[in-house]
Amino acid sequence: MMDIEYIDIKSFRQTMLDRRAAGMDFLREMIGMDWEAEGLGVIYILENSATHDVEELAVRITERDRPQIPTVSDIWQIAEMYEREVYDFYGIEFAGHPDMRRLFLRNDWVGFPLRKDYDPSETINPVRLESEKNEEIVREYDIAEDKQLAELVEKMKILHYDQFVINIGPQHPATHGVLRFRLSLEGEVLRKVDIHCGYIHRGIEKMCESRTYPQTLAFTDRLDYLSAHQNRHALCMCIEKAMGLEVTGRVQYIRTIMDELQRIDSHLLMFSCMAMDMGAITSFIYGFRDREKLLDIMEEVTGGRLIQNYNVIGGVQADITPGFAAKVKEYCNDQKKRLKEYYDVFVNNIIFRNRSIGVGILSREDAISFGTTGGTGRASGWACDVRKRHPYALYDKVEFKEIIHTGGDCYDRLLVRLEEIVESIHIIEQLIDNIPEGDFKTKTKPIIKLPEGRFYAAVEGSRGEFGVFIESHGEKTPYRLKFRPMGLPLIAAAQNIMKGHKVADMITIGASLDYVIPDIDR
Amino acid sequence: MIDFTSINASIESYLQSVLPAQVATLVECALIAVCAIAAYLVFAIVMIYMERKVCAAFQCRIGPDRVGFLGLLQVFADVFKMLIKEIIDIKDSDRALYTLAPFLVVMSSLITFSCLPFDNGLQVLDFNIGVFFIMAASSFGVLGILLAGWSSNNKFSMIGAIRSGGQMISYELSMSLCILTLVVLSGTMRVSEIVEMQREGWFIVRGHIPAIIAFLIYLIAGNAETNRAPFDLPEAESELTAGFHTEYSGMGFGLFYVAEFMNLFIIAGIATTLFLGGWTPLYIPGLDGFNAAMEWIPGIVWFLGKVFFVIWLLMWVRWTFPRLRIDQVLVLEWKYLVPIGLLNLLIMTVCVVMGWTL
Repeated sequence: MMDIEYIDIKSFRQTMLDRRAAGMDFLREMIGMDWEAEGLGVIYILENSATHDVEELAVRITERDRPQIPTVSDIWQIAEMYEREVYDFYGIEFAGHPDMRRLFLRNDWVGFPLRKDYDPSETINPVRLESEKNEEIVREYDIAEDKQLAELVEKMKILHYDQFVINIGPQHPATHGVLRFRLSLEGEVLRKVDIHCGYIHRGIEKMCESRTYPQTLAFTDRLDYLSAHQNRHALCMCIEKAMGLEVTGRVQYIRTIMDELQRIDSHLLMFSCMAMDMGAITSFIYGFRDREKLLDIMEEVTGGRLIQNYNVIGGVQADITPGFAAKVKEYCNDQKKRLKEYYDVFVNNIIFRNRSIGVGILSREDAISFGTTGGTGRASGWACDVRKRHPYALYDKVEFKEIIHTGGDCYDRLLVRLEEIVESIHIIEQLIDNIPEGDFKTKTKPIIKLPEGRFYAAVEGSRGEFGVFIESHGEKTPYRLKFRPMGLPLIAAAQNIMKGHKVADMITIGASLDYVIPDIDR
Repeated sequence: MIDFTSINASIESYLQSVLPAQVATLVECALIAVCAIAAYLVFAIVMIYMERKVCAAFQCRIGPDRVGFLGLLQVFADVFKMLIKEIIDIKDSDRALYTLAPFLVVMSSLITFSCLPFDNGLQVLDFNIGVFFIMAASSFGVLGILLAGWSSNNKFSMIGAIRSGGQMISYELSMSLCILTLVVLSGTMRVSEIVEMQREGWFIVRGHIPAIIAFLIYLIAGNAETNRAPFDLPEAESELTAGFHTEYSGMGFGLFYVAEFMNLFIIAGIATTLFLGGWTPLYIPGLDGFNAAMEWIPGIVWFLGKVFFVIWLLMWVRWTFPRLRIDQVLVLEWKYLVPIGLLNLLIMTVCVVMGWTL
């Protein structure tokens, strides 16, 4: 249950500046809202990166035609992306924002889909067959004296056509999915990077609003498919928290073990893809060879290799198989030996070291400001592991090290992942022999109604904090369900750190940040 | 041992006896061309198959094993697939240059290929500046790559072509320096003489330290010349999709592909000729019985054995290392390989003048 403090829009900017000055340096989440009669609004979840104190603030505005809220993108850099998302879904314009374009939908989209009065009729937004025109001009609104309404003051070009502009993606081997970069080049050096997302935007949050709670579970595996278990864990946890449902010890054990297996899976894939992006195809196959064994184990338990649908409200879908423990142990022992091979063939290779050390440095301040949690944040020296910050499941009972590196470059980002595999194996080994007997699922009613209120639960996904926010009005469907994407902060940071590097480095940086597109686009 | 010189002579005298002189020469030329092209294709097929199997072995895989016995027909299936593909028309491309480019690349490698001495007498062209001719012929392939990149009207191709131009012209330099080092050691540029001189000890042994350094630099530069990993930036799949040949489909791409493999063969062939004794057998002074036994193995077997050994070395490198970045490629060449190569040339000259060679 969240305790939200409403701020008056007149004092909004000052309050936010004060909060930042008071050490709230991590904008954990920014949630656009449509409260109908009470107007549109935004909920901000702030966190102090040192003390882990969390604070929830909200701002409301009753104007619906052209609602304007002052920007916070100059206070927290990630807000630049989040505000574009809120603008895209709710039409709230952020005064002072340097680049107020839609983020996911097409520029010619009519209406704002997450507003409650949105008309989804096909006559308004037909399936358009012609391709989207690049929007070449961005509008910037000034922050007026009273820090409120503002006028269009400036037109700025995104990319100049006297520059050599190349387009990477949405279909490109190194974008790991349908992400599109527009690069302005000077020789081989990047001058400006403009990222376009939304090519796999499915409107999952909108769809959730018309689904019952058990039905919403199906979407989580399709966000970041490499942290399917963790995503679903977060949503189940949030719903269980709201229902006041306590899951059995056996479920906690199974969920923790599966989360860690999924993390190993994701990190192996990250290592492999980074190797392939840099031309080391043999290392890629090594990583996939070992990941295959892990997927076999997961398939045996959950029935799926990528989309697993394992967690359900109150427990898990099916009990673990009898041979599970033995297989996991065998795999863990094997994997520890295999990791040495990765170092021999790729990580300690002189070419790889030259190409990654000192490339794409993300400072600790920037990492916090961009909210790049997960391996990327930890490679920059920011202790941002949700498992340590806000422990859940069994993470306060097991012993493990939070891997922190301070270089903040591509090399450190890979090392963090590889070392986290060892830690995950360590966690699994502590749990696998002690799985208690009990039910693997607490019985729940087919229709679940959550009490009125707002709930937030977060887990450490494979590439950062995955959060679920639910606002319930006592119905059987959520009034608003928001997922905190792990990837959006990563590409926001990417846009900044790629500048000044070469084309080849851009690929390395992208691979080392390890984003997954469906998670960004949702 | 088969001596191809006498076989050649008998074919020539036979043709001369049944045909007028000019026609006989023409027929000879045609015969040679057919043989060279046939050999070129056969080796390309062998190497593509070899690459797949070697790569599979390095990656703990099996490799092709479905088409034909042990997958031997896989390459033919691939060629067939390429042949039936549509040749696409690129908007605003320079059609003439676009069509010409793959042929330039193949021509360059075909000419160089014909100059390799496969065995005693089994060589198309043997004249007093043979090594020089090989260098010249092999270096105009870059022209085809540049044209391909330019005429495709594609920014990826363009970047790939520019990278390729920078890289290949740079590495030409250290390759030539290495060859020059060996020319200093042998004192001749005629290919057959260079091979003949190695009958009693390969140059990599007789030239000891400077020859070994030259061999290593030659392998690195040769790898860069062929645009293979870790120097595959011109086509850097993960950055430029396919670099200079992005816009080629069907046999246009097929020609680039074949030329790339044959350039690898040529690099290995030149390395074998200059450093590893060409078609001469292994000779160890003192072991007369052993040397006599080695003599029984035909020269062409020796040559191909050595060539495929060098190719295997290069494939090992290809399937192990990640790709370099363009500035690192150029730094490696201009700051390390060229100075070392120049110094090495000096050392070799001193060695030869002082008679310190073996």
